[in-house]
Amino acid sequence: MNELVFFINNVVVAGSVTGSIYAMGAIGVTLVFSIMRFAHFAHADMMTLGAFVVLLLSLAFPGAGSVVGLPTAIVMLPIAMVVTAAVAVGIDKAFYKPLRSHGVKPIVIVIGSLGVTLMLQGLLRLFAGTSPQNMYVAERKEIYRLELPFEAVTRPVIVTEPQVILFILVVAAVVGLHLFLNKTRTGKAMRAMSDNPDLARASGINTNHIVSVTWIIVGGLATMAGTLLSMDVTFKPDLSFFLLLPIFAAAIVGGVGHPYGAIAGGFVVGFAETLAVFNWAVLLRPFQERLPDWLELPNNLAFVGTEYKIVVPFFILVAILVWRPTGIFKGKVI
Amino acid sequence: MPLLEARDVHGGYGGMNILNGVDMSIEADEIGVIVGPNGAGKSTMLKAIFGLLQVNQGEIRLRGEPITNLAPNKLVHMGMGFVPQENNIFPSLSVEENLEMGAYIRPSGVSRMLEQIYEFFPPLLDKRRQPAGELSGGQRQMVAMGRALMVEPSVLLLDEPTAGLSPLFMNEIFERVKKINAAGVGILMVEQHAKQALAIAHKGFVLAAGYNRFTDTGEALLNDPEVAKSFLGG
Ligand SMILES: Nc1ncnc2c1ncn2[C@@H]1O[C@H](COP(=O)(O)OP(=O)(O)O)[C@@H](O)[C@H]1O
Ligand SMILES: [Mg+2]
Repeated sequence: MNELVFFINNVVVAGSVTGSIYAMGAIGVTLVFSIMRFAHFAHADMMTLGAFVVLLLSLAFPGAGSVVGLPTAIVMLPIAMVVTAAVAVGIDKAFYKPLRSHGVKPIVIVIGSLGVTLMLQGLLRLFAGTSPQNMYVAERKEIYRLELPFEAVTRPVIVTEPQVILFILVVAAVVGLHLFLNKTRTGKAMRAMSDNPDLARASGINTNHIVSVTWIIVGGLATMAGTLLSMDVTFKPDLSFFLLLPIFAAAIVGGVGHPYGAIAGGFVVGFAETLAVFNWAVLLRPFQERLPDWLELPNNLAFVGTEYKIVVPFFILVAILVWRPTGIFKGKVI
Repeated sequence: MPLLEARDVHGGYGGMNILNGVDMSIEADEIGVIVGPNGAGKSTMLKAIFGLLQVNQGEIRLRGEPITNLAPNKLVHMGMGFVPQENNIFPSLSVEENLEMGAYIRPSGVSRMLEQIYEFFPPLLDKRRQPAGELSGGQRQMVAMGRALMVEPSVLLLDEPTAGLSPLFMNEIFERVKKINAAGVGILMVEQHAKQALAIAHKGFVLAAGYNRFTDTGEALLNDPEVAKSFLGG
């Protein structure tokens, strides 16, 4: 039965964590695409930037967490979300808006966003250094060990504090975004602009305002995802290298332009990744006696090694582009 | 003073001019109808009025105020509504959300206006929670017109509101247009169904190759043998 716990820890928990992060990243990519019609490559670096702002604030006020009984990074998260949202709006005004108002093709803005990626990475390295840093500046990372009430189980299910916070915040963010898009005037205008930008303009909707609102949401969500990922592992200035491909794969799997599709896509890619690196030999070992003699279980029976897990989103991306380029929810084709 | 007046309008999409001197004028209580062959520049003229393309020469006035090259959202604030020929709804938004977007610039009176629109287009009431993209052609056109009416415009520009509709729906739409006009909205409408449209028009404008070939009352144009021969199919 310990094998089952191993499965829960390495697939259920790990997959949910990865899936949540990818889902939040993919929502950002999809929102930018539905409003501005371009693939925003700098999104993963916005996630890193958000986490870095949290790190800086935590280093500046390390005692803030103990006052309210939460990790300092979580206390700093709302402030960092505001800061990063402002930076996102600024980046748009400085780099993307001039291109848009020249009426360039989307691919030109995509390349512009590659430039922003390089710029952000340079700045992050310049100020954050290149080595990993712990987001827990003042306190210890809580680790919860949940013992299962079965006799045969001796190992606990392990969940960390940032993972619990991640699950809570992802649910809150998704519900909040759903209410915003469906119940508020600005949210509906965002959907309207995504549907038909010309008609939105003809209805008197201020599309510049909608663009800014989009960047505020995108910056905020990116900060949330980047911070929780960095808290769960460590902060690395090159975090985006491991995020870019999976979040784009997730956005495309879900159908670009569908926020709910992005969530589904995030979990599909997240679970595919964890299932692919899971060592299936562990689950088969208890059945060793019942297997034929000639079949000997190798020690490691994973589809791909952990160090190559980036091939999983790559494979999914290629497969979905070949098989169903509009994604499972019939989104737009980039 | 005319409600809407365009004088010697030249303009296009950046390259060659499509409009080569169009004149148009309607009074506050009138229906103006633009007819003419495909590619004459009818849609282009409506877009030029609504600030969707560059006017290089000439002038457009709304109640005497110059509005040449004003941005669409400014014109909406000034009481102008526009229903494009194509893509004139938000397909994934519900019918009611489509209408709400029409009132985006004036959210205060939404519920009162929604009531009025549903009264005016009863079929939309039952479908108000349904995505507008799932509706039939005639109902979509109602959504499109309803959206533009939500801000109680003083002038409404309609681009081929009966395109692709069966004769039954066509007559229904024309009846609505007459009713909207009777409620005090000036209308400038492009129509392929020239005879039927000119029959309800106070003013008619026959456009060809980007300028007015004929300008008169709807009735006079219908009875003009030359217009009938070249533009109304005999
Ligand atoms: N978006 C556009 N860009 C460039 N040319 C256009 C565009 N839309 C229409 N045209 C051209 O302008 C001319 C007039 O078109 P239009 O005003 O749509 O004619 P219609 O009288 O049938 O409504 C046509 O030759 C058409 O090819
Ligand atoms: Mg036309």
